[in-house]
Formats: sequence, structure tokens, C-alpha cells
Amino acid sequence: MDLLRKAGAIWMKDLRLEWRTLDSISGMFFFSLLVLVIFNFTFDFTTADFKEIGPGVLWVTFTFAGILSLSHSFVIEKEGDCMQGLLLAPVDPGSIYIGKMLSNLTMMLGVEVILVPLSAVLFNYPIYGKMGSLAAVLGVSTLGFAGVGTLLGALTARTRRGEVLLPLLLFSICVPIIIAAVQTTKVVMRGGPLSDAKEWFMIAAAFDAVFVSASFLTFQFIVEE
Amino acid sequence: MSTFRKSLPYILPLILFAMVVKGLHGAFFEAPTEAQMGDVQRIFYFHAPAGIMAFLAFAVTGVASFLYLWRKSLLYDVVAHASAEVGLVFCTIVLVTGPLWARPVWGTWWTWEARLTMTLVLWLIYVSYVLVRGYTDDRDQQARFSAVLGIVGALDIYIVYKSVTWWRGLHPVVLQASGGGGLDPEMRPVFIFCIFVYLMLYACLMAIRVPIGCAEDELARLREALARRRRA
Repeated sequence: MDLLRKAGAIWMKDLRLEWRTLDSISGMFFFSLLVLVIFNFTFDFTTADFKEIGPGVLWVTFTFAGILSLSHSFVIEKEGDCMQGLLLAPVDPGSIYIGKMLSNLTMMLGVEVILVPLSAVLFNYPIYGKMGSLAAVLGVSTLGFAGVGTLLGALTARTRRGEVLLPLLLFSICVPIIIAAVQTTKVVMRGGPLSDAKEWFMIAAAFDAVFVSASFLTFQFIVEE
Repeated sequence: MSTFRKSLPYILPLILFAMVVKGLHGAFFEAPTEAQMGDVQRIFYFHAPAGIMAFLAFAVTGVASFLYLWRKSLLYDVVAHASAEVGLVFCTIVLVTGPLWARPVWGTWWTWEARLTMTLVLWLIYVSYVLVRGYTDDRDQQARFSAVLGIVGALDIYIVYKSVTWWRGLHPVVLQASGGGGLDPEMRPVFIFCIFVYLMLYACLMAIRVPIGCAEDELARLREALARRRRA
């Protein structure tokens, strides 16, 4: 319980920091909007069916935006040796991981919450009545992405050329969750019941469980001096 | 013991050479020609064993990574690194020989089928593993980071496998869990021998690569000691 309370404190600290500057979320939002605009030129959505290509387009956008949050999350701790401070505090590295993971998750979900309705308006597809299942699908997939991304973000923040390594590592390891995310989103967008995407849901849930716990356990080896 | 270990990088390649000659003879002359695909099927004796060895090598990386985090001995890290590099070579062999076979048989060099996709994804994961090592300067940090990646990569193998199989499926399932599957009884001994040739190749490369890794660590340690003495 203590572990979660401390993780909550770190989460709140990150959110407060973000709220005061809005550095990360504004960058992420406008970047994802731009990605959507560019996709609009590559596929002509006036003729193409958004229900078919849309899930892929949205997830490419979300993962690109997620990279921004994940790399930023540990780079800010480098300034003024804040990471040192966090590690010196009587906090388990696991708490730091959970706190950071939650803040990355919040940022990504925040962008998704704005972007999904916005894309529905821009590309003209109905999402009423699908909100609940969309939320479930987005939540499960984003958790896995943020879970392993937080570990890799911490790792690459301490290497040379971390900004190049993070996407490389993250996208190769996240292949299963990206496939699952696109497939589940596709089922929901086509208007099918969530049970049609049961297998993919299981893959996503398994990915979440395996990688959130593996990251939680190995995080200490990344941050220790 | 020490002389034995030192002579391993010389003895193993000799045995390997003999095995390769026998394996080549088996694959090109002893094994019967496949009825539908013809001679192009013979690439299977190079392709599938390389694939099996790539998996073995990445599994060794995973286990050695875990042992490193547990025991903190740099030897495990050297083994994990060596195995990842060798696995990457095998994985590259699979990715090159596969399309060579697929072009005449499937009529296309590449298709986004489950096992192909999975091999490519694995290859990418371990390329990034090797890259991360290159971009980290501190030796202990390098070992810890790559150990974490080695474990995460190994955990990912099964999930990637499951997800791409549900996504696609077209690869010939020659090797099934139960029995030899679709492999002709006359082909089986040659194929099994080829697996051992590749296993020997793996052992050889490891027997050469691990001492090099240890020597690199030793060299770095000596350089540091020398620099410290000069400063004093």
C-alpha cells in the first residue's frame, strides 16, 4: 500500500509539473494533429473507408505521440539531477516506475481522449454508442505501451542518442500490442461487439500483465548508479 | 582445464569443418529431391536449422541476462552479448535463405505471413539490443541495460509469436509438435544432422566470441589501472 501511495505522489508531482507548463501535452497534441493531417494526404479519406484504415492511422499517431511523452518523462529528471533526488528519497524504485508509468499513461490517454472525437469529426465517422468499448480498447492497449515504454524511456534517457534508440526499442518490442490495438479498434469501429475481439483483447491483456510486471521488477537495474 | 579451454577455439572449428562437409554432402546428394518443389527444397536444410539455432541463441541471451542480474558477474553479460550477436547472424541467414526459397515456391520473395513477420521482428529486437550496447559507455550500465533488454526480448518472443499467428498463417508447418510432421523419412536424418552442424557452428562461434569479450573486459580493466597509476 505504501508503495502505491508513494507512486501516487510521484504521479501527482509529474501531473502538477505538466499542468503548470503544459509543455508535453501541447506538443503531443499538435504533433498528433499534424500526423493526422499528413495521413489525410496519403490516404484520401473522402473515398477510402475510415473504418478500415482509421484504426491503423490512429495508432500510428498515438504511438508517435507516446514517444514524445516517454522520452520527456525521464529527460526532465536529468535536469538539476532530479533523478538522484528521487533515488535518494526513501522510495522503492518500483514506486518510481509505477508513478512514472501512470503519468505517461495519463498523458497518452489525455491525447487519445481529445484525438478520437476530433478524428471522428475530421474524417466523418460516427462514434456515438461506441464510446464505452473504444475507451476499453484504448485503455488496455495504451497501458501495455506505456508500461514497457516507461522502462525503455528510463533506459534510453541514460544512453547516447537516446532519442534514436527509444523508438527503435519500443516499436520492435511493442509489435504485439500494436497489432492487438489496431485489431480491437477495428472491431469496435466496424460496430461489432467487443466479444469479436476476444483473442486480441487477451493478447493485449497478456502483454500488459507480462511487461508491466517485468518492467516493475527490472526497473531498479536501470536507475541504480 | 585451462589448456583445454584455450584449445577449444581451435579444436571445435576442426570438428565443425568435418561436420559441414558431411552436412553439405547430405543436403545435396543423400537427401532425396522433393517431388513438387524440386532441388530448391534443399535450402530447407540450411534455413530451418538456422531458425532453430536463432531461437536457441536468443533464449541463451535471455537466461544469461537473468543470471547477470542475479549474480552480477560480467561473464554472464559477455555470454548474453555473444549469444545475441551469434543469434543475429543465424536470424539473418533465415531471413536471406527464406525469400530465396519462397520466390520459386510461393511466387513471391516476401509475404507478411506469421513466421516471416515474427523472424523479422525478432531480428529488429536484437539489432536494437546490440545497438543499445554500442550507445552506452559505462561498462556496468551497459551490462545492466542489456540484461534488462535481454529478458524483455525473450519474454516478447512468445507474445510476438502468438499475435502474428492470429494475425496471419501460410508458412509450411514442416515441424510439428507431434512427430516429424510432413518431413519425408529419408530427409529426416539429413535434417537432424544439419541441426547438429548448426549447433556446432553456434558452439564454435561462442567459443571464439566469449573469450574475445572477456579479453575486452580485461583490456579495459588494465587500461584503467594503468591510467590510475600514471596519475598517482
